[in-house]
Amino acid sequence: MAELGTMRVKSGLAEMLKGGVIMDVTTAEQSRIAEEAGAVAVMALERVPADIRAEGGVARMADPTKILEIQEAVTIPVMAKARIGHFVEAQILEALEVDYIDESEVLTPADERHHIDKWGFRVPFVCGCRNLGEALRRLSEGAAMIRTKGEAGTGDIVNAVRHMRAVYGHIRRLQTLAEEELYTEAKELQAPLELVRWVAENGRLPVVTFTAGGIATPADAALCMQLGADGVFVGSGIFKSSDPLARAKAIVEATTHYSDAEILARVSTGLGEPMRGLDAAALAPEELLETRGW
Amino acid sequence: MRDALRIGVLAVQGNFREHVAMLRRLRADVVEVRKPEQLEGLDGLVVPGGESTAIGRLVHVSGLEEPLARFEGPLLGTCAGMILFDRRHLGFLDVEVARNAYGRQVASFEANVDLAGEEPIRGVFIRAPRVEDVGTDVEVLGRLDDEPVLVRQGRVLAASFHPELTDDTRVHEKFLEIVREAVHVRA
Repeated sequence: MAELGTMRVKSGLAEMLKGGVIMDVTTAEQSRIAEEAGAVAVMALERVPADIRAEGGVARMADPTKILEIQEAVTIPVMAKARIGHFVEAQILEALEVDYIDESEVLTPADERHHIDKWGFRVPFVCGCRNLGEALRRLSEGAAMIRTKGEAGTGDIVNAVRHMRAVYGHIRRLQTLAEEELYTEAKELQAPLELVRWVAENGRLPVVTFTAGGIATPADAALCMQLGADGVFVGSGIFKSSDPLARAKAIVEATTHYSDAEILARVSTGLGEPMRGLDAAALAPEELLETRGW
Repeated sequence: MRDALRIGVLAVQGNFREHVAMLRRLRADVVEVRKPEQLEGLDGLVVPGGESTAIGRLVHVSGLEEPLARFEGPLLGTCAGMILFDRRHLGFLDVEVARNAYGRQVASFEANVDLAGEEPIRGVFIRAPRVEDVGTDVEVLGRLDDEPVLVRQGRVLAASFHPELTDDTRVHEKFLEIVREAVHVRA
């Protein structure tokens, strides 16, 4: 008997994306550029985070027309975003047969207390986190892939680095704890003991962990990989730059050859202007996207 | 005779980490391959699952296309790896493979694969390719609903599913057996 939507099948797709770049796209044309550049998947969006930030208003799930158009255009997996807690947007995305749902802080949250119960879906979910506790809570809700949040739409890597340091550093510290200390740790992390114990034993999260939010250059992507990411999401960084195809190709190559400085130097050369960007530290607290979700 | 077989795992993108872990469990000496020179001195090579278009492009830009085509040792390909071996790509396997032929991710599944004269093996099929035609020299080792999902042609072994995502090591053991025979013949 064939079994559909098992955790192994859901997290398995993320396993296949490792070492790859997932790119935000808003048109069929952009999705073709992403695929040509070697993206392992695309995220179908109405507006990239930089535009959501600039234009304001409520950010929602993309119009199905847009998603279908992008699914038509490429053969790589197509992901799409639902608002935090908006399980009906997720139901619609599942009906559209997107390959992964991102329950994302980039969109305006629909629920201030509850994330989506992701176990009930056959489509896998990826969720953002700023620290280990958040990651483990999302896993307990059924997420099959994790990404650190960073600060989307800024082109500033500093928050992504902070979040990776928080997650990977905490995992390393967990490995040094005695069994009886894990109970207290689980309480403080506000996460299930079983998951805390698994992470302490294995030294990693039980699912693939990508980095997102602020990646704008090949060097940024390689930095994330050297810090321990399994792969990267690039949002505004590609299609807000002066030469998207060249930049997309360079970021893909940098993600594969992340520890080879000669290759990184070569692919970083002559890419034109990166996205202009915003200093994440200068954003007012209410302008931050990373604080959405808990 | 050396103690450990030296096996390369193509590591430009995809599920190489699990193949590496499984081969190490089986006591192989494993090398991650991202550059042409890393193909030298290998007894066998694994091409993992991943996104076949991305792997194809990265193989090309990393200068691995020709050295891979010239690789003479035993090969194991899973999912995207099987696609890369087919008639339309490297031509190591005389099979016709259709990409993503079972459908999008919502149609991904796990099921028992029938092996001739053995316990079935649990197959994890993720946006899996479908073998649509096999040449006369291709031996079908595993089937799902009568369709070939594990095939061998001489030194080449390929699966449309992901043995590296389960704890069942039989496919990798079979591959190492093929490698061992080849090393023996060479010696």
